[in-house]
Formats: sequence, structure tokens, C-alpha cells
Amino acid sequence: MSATNPVPAMPDARKRTTTTGEMTGAEAVIRCLEAEGVDICWGIPGGAILPLYDAFARVEHTVKHVLVRHEQGAGHMAQGYARATGRVGVCIGTSGPGATNLVTPVADAFLDSTPLVVITGQVPTHLIGSDAFQEADTTGIFMPIVKHSYLVTDVRDIPRVFREAFHIASTGRPGPVLVDIPKDIANQTLNFTYPETVEIAGYKPNRTGHPLQVEAAAEAIARSRRPVLYVGGGVLNAHATDELATFAEAVQVPVVTTLMAKGAFPDSHPLCVGLPGMHGSKFANWTMNKADLLVTIGARFDDRVTGKLDTFAPGAKIIHIDIDPAEISKNRHADIPIVGELKQVLPALTASYLELRSQDRIVSKREWKDQVEEWRFKHPFRYRRVGPLKTQYVMERFRDLLADRDVIYTTGVGQHQMWAAQWLKIERPRHFITSGGLGTMGFGVPAAIGAQMAFPEKTVVNIDGDGCFQMTAQELATAVSYNVPAIHAILNNGWLGMVRQWQQLFHDERYSETLLNANLPDYVKLAEAFGALGLRAETEEEVDAVIMQAVESRRPCVIDFRVDHDEKVYPMVPAGGSSAEMIDEPWDNEWVEDGV
Amino acid sequence: MNHTLSVLVENQPGVLTRVASLFARRGFNIESLAVGPTEREDWSRITLRVDCSQHSIDQVVKQLYKLINVLKVNEMTSDDAIERELMLVRVTAQPKDRADIIRLAEVFGGRVCDVGPTSLMFEAIEHPDTLYAFEEILKPYGIKELVRTGRVAMRKATTERTRSSRMRVLA
Repeated sequence: MSATNPVPAMPDARKRTTTTGEMTGAEAVIRCLEAEGVDICWGIPGGAILPLYDAFARVEHTVKHVLVRHEQGAGHMAQGYARATGRVGVCIGTSGPGATNLVTPVADAFLDSTPLVVITGQVPTHLIGSDAFQEADTTGIFMPIVKHSYLVTDVRDIPRVFREAFHIASTGRPGPVLVDIPKDIANQTLNFTYPETVEIAGYKPNRTGHPLQVEAAAEAIARSRRPVLYVGGGVLNAHATDELATFAEAVQVPVVTTLMAKGAFPDSHPLCVGLPGMHGSKFANWTMNKADLLVTIGARFDDRVTGKLDTFAPGAKIIHIDIDPAEISKNRHADIPIVGELKQVLPALTASYLELRSQDRIVSKREWKDQVEEWRFKHPFRYRRVGPLKTQYVMERFRDLLADRDVIYTTGVGQHQMWAAQWLKIERPRHFITSGGLGTMGFGVPAAIGAQMAFPEKTVVNIDGDGCFQMTAQELATAVSYNVPAIHAILNNGWLGMVRQWQQLFHDERYSETLLNANLPDYVKLAEAFGALGLRAETEEEVDAVIMQAVESRRPCVIDFRVDHDEKVYPMVPAGGSSAEMIDEPWDNEWVEDGV
Repeated sequence: MNHTLSVLVENQPGVLTRVASLFARRGFNIESLAVGPTEREDWSRITLRVDCSQHSIDQVVKQLYKLINVLKVNEMTSDDAIERELMLVRVTAQPKDRADIIRLAEVFGGRVCDVGPTSLMFEAIEHPDTLYAFEEILKPYGIKELVRTGRVAMRKATTERTRSSRMRVLA
């Protein structure tokens, strides 16, 4: 039950500083971060952001700065921190290349609704537009991938801009906010006071679900014979996992959790059906497809979940609860839309439903639950433990060996990510951190470092691929220099495995440019070169020992798991296919007989 | 189907780019665009004309509201709003033809604003459809140059909907 789990601090840890008075814009930025309760940020200095870094060294403050090796790492670390804590992550880069290196994490945060405040230096105002050294149109480049952005043109705006930026990033549907500060502005002085209140004319994010719509939704659930809760990452962003658990307990119907929602509802809960979509379980996909009602909670009908839209859950009526009105009826028409905060809507819906139950107006869902149970029993995820070491086996060992520990998992993107989602059991919210929307290879290493820095006492494991790992491996230097003991478990198959799988299945086995070579680099030596612990496991017998050695070392650690390069992630809904028609290993085809 | 959107925005640098890039990113073509000041110094109004389905326009309106600087979005139809556009057009006009062309232009509210040795420039502020008609009429004479501002619109005090509901009450 998630209700018993420690829920990380709500993003209201803002402590009001008493710092006021004359100071530079750069110092004011630090005072703003302090006022917002920011305890840590990630970045790299450079010419245009130098005034801020000078202030970091010059004034006393409570904001720890972590020097990373590439700005992308700073962004993903801030994301890892934000996803693990539910608070705003902060990262810093200089102008030009510093800013463009932040594009990927910001786009990732935008698609996965992660609250970030991104601070970039800009060339002095008199040089803007002159193609100056390290000049880029930062606000222009970021425009389509931020919730909002600011180019500060008056030093006196800094307190207001930061107050607004943190407010916008963390409220409503969270997202990244960019603050671009020209160097001359950072050097000018202002009389600093941090605003107590925030007033943005065009931004009113707090909404209450319409009571009549909530009643209609409760009625629909009561009348439905085959309802499903379709739960997305919005539940985590809304800090509403307890409310979800209470609601699910009250209505007693199957709960599907998307990749972004993994952990929002305990994987071991009897109602949890788990992962739907392209590599979801057959039972999760059939549950959705045979449902007569989808209670959509902070999810967005992403194509990786729905497959072909017209054939997705064809007989289902849709209740769609979301804080963002633009998600309602974007991909699938909502019969009962409810725009509001889940923390308010879910209890209201629970109360409404219990009222109907007390009046004995609930249609039985017994048969439906039995059906889902049967599917679950007959069609679990499976794999064959023959031949070389299987990633699935490694996932099972992590799951079982560390079951008693408080483990945060991060992942890269690809086959290993899907196997992690299929095989790991996540019982607590914010303990599975992955790049869902943008699918950013290289997310795992820095996200793990960020999550570990948020919770130094926990065990953090980055389940990574060899292709992914090489995209951000330089952050091992950050991990070692700050002694961040996250474990980077590379499921090394020597290929860009997911792309290879598509080439095998849909491109006549033409493996165009997907061979990486499992020995290049030697990951153990690479880890050692960084001063990290390097381990390797090539057989099932070696797996337990390296996992325990890594966990107990409390050092930054890389494990090179040599896994089968020919293993494929099943079941699979081919892109654009109907999610009722999954393909599977040739040896596993009895589903055809029971199929939906 | 064509839709006219009237978007009230905070008058801040970059706001037009935010609105325009939203349309580009979501795959909508802007047919006409007019931006200008409003009754308040800190507000501007952007009037856009887009061709898309009703589902798409609903989506655009919601996406527009997600822009922090957007205060209000109104969707208008020709029935419930007054729509106007300014056109300047220079047309070939030999001295002997001038009188004819000027008389013709009057029908479309066209007013002479510049006279050259072999040309006339007209200005006209009309409903955009009227301007298209005007342009068609001038074409045989030879249009040398033409520019339009893009339409602006404002909702009528009494809209079609309130009128029809009143009719029902009377009936």
C-alpha cells in the first residue's frame, strides 16, 4: 500500500529568506534560489554565466552547486532529483553551447511534465542579435519545449521572474521554465526583496473538478461491468498516489499503470495490472481493450499505449481526469471530462462512488475481475532461460535480491528499459524514473546521480543499455568526484538492441548501423579509469555476487552484464498496430486461442 | 473550415513568436494575422484566421490558453462578429480610364489615396470578402501592387445566438 510509504516532501518547502538590500543581479539569483528552498543545483560555468558563478564563490549561501561534465548531464540530474522528490530541479548553463546542450533534458522534462527551472547566461544586452561569441537565441530555441521562458532585460525583474518561474514550473501540469540572463544584467545592482505573492494574469492553474461531472463519473463507474483505471504519470505529479490507492480500494477494479506511472500504484497490489501498450503485458492490453469504461487518471492516450487509435478500447466509454484541459479529447474523445487537480478530484470521486454503493447501486464487476485474473494467470511475462545470460534474469535478480531495500531505479531507453518495466516490482511512488515521452537515450546515468543526491541514504540503480550508457558516461566523473554511489547496471548486448529488434522484425534482418561491439569500450576498465568500481557478470552464476558487491560497496559502480544480443522484448504491438493484436515469441502462441 | 480567433495577450516581447510558433508546431496554417494595441497599453490583440476542423480549433484554443502570456481567446464567426480588413491597391489607370475606375471603386468603398501619371492607389476598409470582390473587379485594369493587413474582428453587441433565442421567446 502506498499509503504507508514515505512520500517525499511536497514542493512547498519554500523558506522565505530575510535577505534584502543592495546586491548584484547574480547574487539576487542565489537569494531567489534560497528563497525557493533550493538546496542543490547542477551546472557548468562559462563566459556569459560567470557573474553567477562568481557570486556562488563570493557570497555565503545554502545552495550546493554540483559541477557536471556536460550540460545535458546537469539537466538530467535536475530531472532525476525532481522526479525522485517532487520538487523543482535546477540546472545552469552558459550562453550558446551551454544552452543548446540543455535542449535535450528540457525537451525530455517538457514531455514528461517534470518541474525544472533552467538558468542560462546570455551575451550582454548590447551584443544580443550581433552573432556575438557563444551567442544563441536561447529563448527562441527553447520556445516549443518549455512551459514558459524569460529573457531578463531589467535587473529589478529578477526576484519576480524567479518567483514566477518556480510557481509556473511546479503548479498545474508541471514543466520546465527557462530564465535567460544577459551578463550585463547579472552584474547590475538592485534592491532585493523576494516577492511574497505571485500574480500572473494569464496563468490560473488550480482547478476544482466540476461536481456534476464527478457525480456523472461515479454513476458511470457504478453502472459499468468492465471498468479499468488507466493511470498515468499525472498521479505522481499531483502527489495523489494515496488518493489513488483509496479510490482503487473503494471501486475494486483493475488498475493499469503506464510506464510513467510505474510505482504510482504498488506493483504487488492485487488490483495492479501494470504496464499496457507496445511492450505491456497481454493481460493489461486485453483488459483495456475489453473494458467498457476507461477511468483515465493523469494519462494522455500516448501512441505507445494505444497503438492504432481507432481500434483502441473500441467498446469503452471514456472518463478523462486531467489538470491540463488540452489533454481532454486530444487523442481520444472523452465522454466524461473532468479538469481538475487529482488530489481534489479523486477523493470527491471516491466519496461519490461510496455514496452510490451505500445505496446499493453498483453493478457487479466480479465476472470482469475474474476474467482479468484468468488472463493474468495464463499470460504472464515470460522468457526462456536458455543460452546466454538474459536481461530478464538480471532484472529478476535485482528485484528479488533488493526487495527489502529502498531502491530507486532509473533507466535508459530501449530494450533494457522495457524489461525493467516488465520485471521490476516498484511498490513506492517516485522509485522508477525513466524517460517516457521523449525516449532520451543517456537519461539513466545522470538521472540516477540526481536521484541519489536527493536521497543519499537510498540505493539507486540505473538499469542502462550499452548504447545509452555511452551517451552520458562522462558523468561518472561527477559521480566519483561527489562520491555518488549509484549503481550503473549496463545490460550490454553490444547492439542498439531495440533498433536491432525492429530491424529483425520489420526490416528483413538488415542490421543497418546497429552493431556497437560489446567489448568497446571495456566497461570495467572504463569505470576504473574514472575511479569507480567496475564489475562484470557473464553467466547467471555471477549475477548475484556482483549485484551484492555493488550495493554493499557504497561506491560509484558500473556493472557490465554480458547479455544475449538476440533476445527480443515480447510481447510487442507493432507501431501503429492494434494493441489487441500483439506479436510474441514463436514458441508462445497459445494466446491466439484465448485472444481478444 | 475557416475560423477567426481573437487572442488577447500581454504586451510583452516575444509573445507574437510564442503564438505563431504554437500554430507551426501543432501543424496549423495561418491564413491571415493581424496584431495591434488594444484599449489597454499592457495588452495586445492578435487576430488569426485559420483553416482547420472544429476538433482542431478546440485543440488550438486549449493550447493557446497554456501560453502564460495569453489572457483570453475568442473564436468568432462572420455571423456574430464584425470583421474588417484594410487593403491598399495600385492599379494601372490611364488618364482616360480614371473616372470609370474611381466610380467602380466607390461601389466597394474604395477611396483614392494617391494618383500617379498612369496609376491610381485605392484604400478600402471592408469585410475581407468585399475586398476579394474589389480585387477581382480591378484585375482587368492591371493590378501593379496590392497589400492587405489581415482581418481584425470584434464581437457584435447582439449576436446571432441571442437574437434567435429572443425569436423563440416571441414565437
